[in-house]
Amino acid sequence: MSGRAWVLGDNVDTDALAPGKYMKFGIEEIAKHCLEAVNPGFAARVRPGDVVVGGRNFGAGSSREQAPQALKHLGVAALVAESFAGLFYRNALNLGLPALACRDAKRIRAGDRLRVHPEAGRIENETTGETLACEPIPPHLMQMVRDGGLLPHLEKRLGKHHDTE
Amino acid sequence: MPTLAQKLVARAAGRSSVTSGEIVTCKVDLAMFHDSSGPRRLQPMLERLGAKVWDPERIVLVTDHYLPAADDESREILRVTRDWARQVGVRRFHDGVGICHIVLAENGYLRPGMFAVGGDSHSPTGGAFGAYMFGIGATEMLGVVVTGEIWLRVPDTILMQWNGRFHDGVSAKDVMLFLCARFGLDGGRYQAVEYAGDAIRALPMQERMTLANMTAELGGQAGLIAPDETTVAYLKALGIKEGDPTTWRTDDGAEVLERHEFDAGALEPQVAAPYTPANARPAAEYRGTKLDIAYVGACTGAKLEDLRMAARVLKGRRSAVELLVAPASLRDQEQARAEGTLGALEAAGAQLLANACGVCAGYGSRFAPGSKVISTTARNFKGRMGDPSVEAYLASPYTVAASAVAGHIVDPREYLQ
Repeated sequence: MSGRAWVLGDNVDTDALAPGKYMKFGIEEIAKHCLEAVNPGFAARVRPGDVVVGGRNFGAGSSREQAPQALKHLGVAALVAESFAGLFYRNALNLGLPALACRDAKRIRAGDRLRVHPEAGRIENETTGETLACEPIPPHLMQMVRDGGLLPHLEKRLGKHHDTE
Repeated sequence: MPTLAQKLVARAAGRSSVTSGEIVTCKVDLAMFHDSSGPRRLQPMLERLGAKVWDPERIVLVTDHYLPAADDESREILRVTRDWARQVGVRRFHDGVGICHIVLAENGYLRPGMFAVGGDSHSPTGGAFGAYMFGIGATEMLGVVVTGEIWLRVPDTILMQWNGRFHDGVSAKDVMLFLCARFGLDGGRYQAVEYAGDAIRALPMQERMTLANMTAELGGQAGLIAPDETTVAYLKALGIKEGDPTTWRTDDGAEVLERHEFDAGALEPQVAAPYTPANARPAAEYRGTKLDIAYVGACTGAKLEDLRMAARVLKGRRSAVELLVAPASLRDQEQARAEGTLGALEAAGAQLLANACGVCAGYGSRFAPGSKVISTTARNFKGRMGDPSVEAYLASPYTVAASAVAGHIVDPREYLQ
């Protein structure tokens, strides 16, 4: 996957990603307001395949999985950050949105073209020619991410289970 | 020499011992969720899987985010929640009686040694009882609801030791704001944060709940307090006999990731300025900041103990600003009324709001644009409780009450009576 980088700061919170005011609606409506309090215009301008790059503790705050889901709904292909809030990280992977912790995330500039390799734990910055190492997604979760998240993963697992019964 | 966290996880994983860092699968003793994170998200996924709930007896369902229902969307979410509780046969369904974390505690559902998950980020609150409890999203909750299990990286422990005793007018909320400022919103490193020491031992259960609760803001996965005679007495008052819980403790010599020691007597009342709980400083440094609204609400800041702190300051005084009080549970509200605490708040001008998440969640009721608010809640991120122009300062019930009287931020110690 390859896309343009959107660069955000430290502690991007879930209230910014999925504002409470819109939580009563479906993901389509929530996604329209994703990041509007801190980065107005993001939802309108982000394109499928783009990569969101954060600083430390990306996704701080709530357990609402609409936070990563909104990004996924907007077509964001992967998240890269110096570190993720643990609860958000679990949510992103459970929804099949690759999240890669990269110590050198701050080297990425807005608009850089990134090629992300979640399984290998590597980012190629096609704009600068740099290759950045990241923590690979833990092996016990990689199959789930490959399946597209926990729901399709369970569907497969339970389906198989039924077949053998 | 295991830590409390390791003991709790080992039991849930069916192992005699575990090592920090390893991945284990744990059996879940209790799964809690609410109207926002629960049925409205779980039911479509359960239908897609054609799967059944593993054990309705281990589920606690609470309505708190969309109450009082302000519009058709909220009413529909509540209808789906109630229908699901009936269909699935969830007996522990608590509708409109308080905020989930408080409802769990006051019904005696949380016991030392348990392993529990909650569909809400403030689920670490359960750790006040010496239970391992943490927040998860709705899809992960689906996994729990279908399988009864969840994976976990066995946590390391960050030990926060508070020696001595807190000054009068200093509370658990001040501890957590101080820690957020000192260590940052990722200071907990998604590990288990354990609170210990004489000053912590001296705290009543609801103050311990505030510590465990705001472990979410500190970035820990779980916030733990070893159970003791205070825990046993709290459960006994609910009619629950608990044996000696003291095996649920971090053994002497257990290896911890970090150990921090603090002099409780040196802690001053704290205020966190917009837009992060990590912006905390001694209240005196924000003295004079003008306010429009004082808010006493949320699982973090409107339990009976919190209402008592506010009433101690407000008794016989009038709030100079709009004062809103949303008691965290109906039970706490009734007790507060019976003992005169609520009367003192109302006489000070408090407007009573529903026993629900209210403005803290920002899902329904929200502060007017441009409001300057001092609040007992846990989060002041931009846009959380209203328009991005709302400025929320976080503080203890003492500080919120004293600032309400003054009309601007003050150190509450000059207002104690």
